[in-house]
Amino acid sequence: MAVAETYMEAGPDPANRVLRIEPSKGWSHLQLGEVWAFRELLYFLTWRDIKVRYKQSVLGAAWAIIQPVISMVVFTLIFSVLAGLESDGQDYRIWNITALVPWTFFANGLTNASNSLVGSQNLIKKIYFPRLVIPSASVLAGLVDFCLAFLIVLAMMPFFDVAYSIRLLTLPAFLGVAFMIALGMGLWLSALNVQFRDVRFTVPFLVQLWMYSTPIVYEFSSLSKLEARYGFTPETIEALGLVWALNPMVGVVEGFRWAVGVGPVGAAFPWQLLLVSGMSAALIFVGGMFYFRRMEKTFADVV
Amino acid sequence: MEVIKVEGLGKRFFIGGVHTKFRTARDAISDAFIAPFKRAAALLRGHATGAAELNESMWAFRNVSFSVNQGEVVGLVGKNGAGKTTMLKVLSRITEPTEGSIEIRGRVGSLLEVGTGFHPELTGRENVFLNGAILGMRKTEIDKRFDEIIEFAEIGKFIDTPVKHYSSGMYVRLAFAVAAHLEPEILIVDEVLSVGDAAFQRKCLGKMGDVASSGRTVLFVSHNMAAVTQLCSRALLLEDGTVAMDGKPHEVVAAYLSRGVENQAEWLNPSPDSDSEVEVLAIRIRDAQDALQPVVNFKDPFQVELEYEVREPMRGVSMAFQILDSQGVVIWTSEDTDTPHVRDRMIMEPGTYVSTCHVPAGVLRPGRYFVNTGAHIPGVRIITGHQQVLAFDISSVGFDMPGGRQGVLAPKLDWDFRAVRSPEPVPEPQL
Repeated sequence: MAVAETYMEAGPDPANRVLRIEPSKGWSHLQLGEVWAFRELLYFLTWRDIKVRYKQSVLGAAWAIIQPVISMVVFTLIFSVLAGLESDGQDYRIWNITALVPWTFFANGLTNASNSLVGSQNLIKKIYFPRLVIPSASVLAGLVDFCLAFLIVLAMMPFFDVAYSIRLLTLPAFLGVAFMIALGMGLWLSALNVQFRDVRFTVPFLVQLWMYSTPIVYEFSSLSKLEARYGFTPETIEALGLVWALNPMVGVVEGFRWAVGVGPVGAAFPWQLLLVSGMSAALIFVGGMFYFRRMEKTFADVV
Repeated sequence: MEVIKVEGLGKRFFIGGVHTKFRTARDAISDAFIAPFKRAAALLRGHATGAAELNESMWAFRNVSFSVNQGEVVGLVGKNGAGKTTMLKVLSRITEPTEGSIEIRGRVGSLLEVGTGFHPELTGRENVFLNGAILGMRKTEIDKRFDEIIEFAEIGKFIDTPVKHYSSGMYVRLAFAVAAHLEPEILIVDEVLSVGDAAFQRKCLGKMGDVASSGRTVLFVSHNMAAVTQLCSRALLLEDGTVAMDGKPHEVVAAYLSRGVENQAEWLNPSPDSDSEVEVLAIRIRDAQDALQPVVNFKDPFQVELEYEVREPMRGVSMAFQILDSQGVVIWTSEDTDTPHVRDRMIMEPGTYVSTCHVPAGVLRPGRYFVNTGAHIPGVRIITGHQQVLAFDISSVGFDMPGGRQGVLAPKLDWDFRAVRSPEPVPEPQL
């Protein structure tokens, strides 16, 4: 059952397939077919993470909503009321929470995935399965929280005169990009964490810095302030914006705002931005997969 | 048909120095700066020729080759640290070999521990599905066998209770029940039969026997030599990282038991600083005059003395030893709590204790015996255990049974003799 899909001679009767185990060298195949063969395990681990997450907590799944809502209230007070930051001509509250919800999904997914391998060392040392399912399950489990939190965004829209539009249907695509970044980074960091426990201390710091380098509490277009302040040409600023989009969460956040309808008033679909972010996300994701596969064989010995 | 073919297999571990359990980036960075100088210094002194000598490494096993045919039940025996578990880990793909290759034909299920992945917050039912999936069972398979599993585990109505509320006995039973219903063509099993109480162990052995007789291929590591001789059709002795012997289970077991353990009257635990709450420090065989005695006469009584340390206040602990014959069959298990005033001891405070068992004369027949020892809380869990730590001989001095007698034991029992019906007096011949 377990390794049926990886047999070299694929035949109808798994009993006659031959599996060859040898030391591997350097970079190896992703063997996604094997991950697919273990999809039920992925399902059960995700389901476990979801079930266990809010056990023995009084508020339970309400935490999924409390986190972004409280953040939104605090950010609105600090950055809008006190600091007077602009919000693309939209109401700061809905504009901010629209970005915070995917951000929270990403940040929690990344954090959980980074610690997932070390947290599952007992499994890793005692049983074989593609290790990829462990961080994948941690990120997937966050989707439930995301959906709950996004209901709040949907519920808030009428209060801020934001109309429900057909654009909302594009959200899964942006969510998918956020998923790729969270898992991609999670793969890098979880594999590193097996060897260097420093990762555990780095991740919260990394997440915090990453949040401030993503236009969540301030506008993406604040880049244009460089024009007045330092005399940058509009072309330079546009180019800088694309460089900035190499942080793929820029694309995710701007994409979410566009889809919900709280993006810059009158602005066109930011396709250039999304293209750069999408490619950057794909690079992180694929790179993470290969790096993870390369390190995978040492996990049981090193963890 | 050959289902497992192992050729020139080796596994090397890096120990100490650079590849310790885990490193911090600081270590890695400082190593990166220091290592070249170290290497240069070593080269200058002529100690090393390359990088490999600097990172101390150790072969768990090397140059291991064997093959297993379909339906064979192969026992792997060997001392702790002989590489048995590592071998199973390589065979079940948990860790990669360093050299050599393995070819496996058929679906493999491995069981290196019972209850892998059990989550305390989930209920028994949920854990059955989770653990089943981890062991590689399909959900439909688990659905189909669910009732059997519950029945085997004797969990009953607690199936929907989070397992953190289970007693350790229940936990282990449920965990083994899931594992016992795995049905791959090739099953790889590590020392999992040593869990639970005696009754459950018998049940597990029975289940293993079923698996073995159903034509599936089993690779099995155990310290229970009787189980190896009973269940296996073949045994491999791993010693110093290679296969030292391959043959019939009873021959391999006898060779293993008599190898290594010289007969000796005293065993001192080589690693007394384990982290178990109770640890056996020493076990000794003494004659009636309290002298250490590796050879006991058949006609004399002797004592088995257990010295142990209790590290935490403990309740309900039983100190035990087993006597095994040269085939690894357990002749008996005796526990200090068999004696009422010992059983009634309340909490044992931290300290060092001695429990002594007095074995009467004339019970064990002449021959060689081995001793296992350990501590457990009966029916709950095993705290510590050591296998075949001591060997002693019963000499035939005083063994006055004509014909040698068959049987595992040769006890001198009490007999009575009386006439039930007197024979008719022989009539005097009438002349």
